[in-house]
Amino acid sequence: MAIPGEVASVSGDRAVIDITGIRREVSIALVEPVNVGDYLLVHAGCAIAIIDKQEALETLELLRQLAGNIHD
Amino acid sequence: MISELELFRNETLAEGLVKAIRRYDGRPVSIMEVCGTHTMAISRYGIRELLPPNVRLISGPGCPVCVTPSFYLKSALELCRRENTIVATFGDMMRIPYKGVSLLTEKALGRDIRMVYSPLDSLDIARQHPDKTVIFLSVGFETTVPVTAIAVLEAAQQGLDNFMILSANKTIPAAMHLLSSDPEVAVDGFLYPGHVSAVIGSGLYEELAKAYGIPGAVTGFDPADILGSILYVLEQIQDNKATVANLYSMVVQPGGNPIARGKIDEVFEPSDAVWRGLGQIPGSGLRLREKYRSFDAWSLINGSVEERDEEARGCRCGDILKGKCLPSDCKLFGKACTPETPVGSCMVSSEGTCAAYYRYQ
Ligand code: SF4
Ligand code: SF4
Repeated sequence: MAIPGEVASVSGDRAVIDITGIRREVSIALVEPVNVGDYLLVHAGCAIAIIDKQEALETLELLRQLAGNIHD
Repeated sequence: MISELELFRNETLAEGLVKAIRRYDGRPVSIMEVCGTHTMAISRYGIRELLPPNVRLISGPGCPVCVTPSFYLKSALELCRRENTIVATFGDMMRIPYKGVSLLTEKALGRDIRMVYSPLDSLDIARQHPDKTVIFLSVGFETTVPVTAIAVLEAAQQGLDNFMILSANKTIPAAMHLLSSDPEVAVDGFLYPGHVSAVIGSGLYEELAKAYGIPGAVTGFDPADILGSILYVLEQIQDNKATVANLYSMVVQPGGNPIARGKIDEVFEPSDAVWRGLGQIPGSGLRLREKYRSFDAWSLINGSVEERDEEARGCRCGDILKGKCLPSDCKLFGKACTPETPVGSCMVSSEGTCAAYYRYQ
């Protein structure tokens, strides 16, 4: 299962990430250069995506609209 | 950031979505969640119970452990009994029963079987034991395959020739085509797998929607995402449209993750694959390319195991994986078959349909 975590440090193609308080080293070979503070989606010891905060907010907005849509 | 993510668990938002879903008064529909983690989330949050009777959720073949055919397990058991061999595997795989044995029972007999979280961990084991052959049981979809590809590439670079993989890796596109076109499955909408899509992108689904007229949504794993996607699909059905929404755009880009896809492509080539329950699907598997064949543990099996999938007696995993029946339709469910004593693969992984239904029933 994939889980989100925050980048605490980066060295080469490895990063230490913080997953709700637990630190783990993961491979970042599959994602663009990452920075401390980025959020990564990690699966099987490897980041597979950088989480885009702006997009998260836009999806929330879309969900709010959907919820409102069928309002009578 | 985490606080933003938590908004997806926001109760008012979820309530609003449930209310809107309950207003659906169209024809009865079946929506398939393809991904095992969705099945688990849907069960955990009790989403099925919140839906009106004319909206049914069915589970698809989205758990890699569940769709692994029995001959793979038979092969793995054979490999773990070899001299000087270490088998490295994800925990779930250890518990799949095959004719009364499993990797777990073999481990109890003293075979060297190690549980790993990542294919990269099995590479470390190979480094620590140069005198042994380390075989990684490589199952998984596009989320896990690129990580396995990295492991193979690293092994090749570093000349680690005691590392091998037994690939039962599968790709989602061919299976989605099969499910979309099977009249027996009769799906009206799809909830697409969020994590697989982070790698392959959402483009494929547009294609499916066009070809088969089935709407869908790529979605995350919180209640609001899942409810929102169900609502989106229902609106599409009501309006006679078949488009795809990406409700997981915080990780899923239309083109997916090109680096990850590149790694898969560098190491693997498409092959036919047998899926438990779905049978053989042309082009839905992955085998090592010629250049990396020396890492292929199938060469050790050498055709000695027949490529056949046998289900345990009475087990209906096959029908479950096609969404043709529910776990409760299986006579063994909750009786002879529980997560502690699984009979079929769907009861093994926590992402398996039978296990998810059992845990939260
Ligand atoms: S690998 Fe990810 S997308 Fe695929 S079934 Fe598991 S959780 Fe779902
Ligand atoms: S309940 Fe057990 S035996 Fe029945 S279909 Fe599910 S896994 Fe198979």
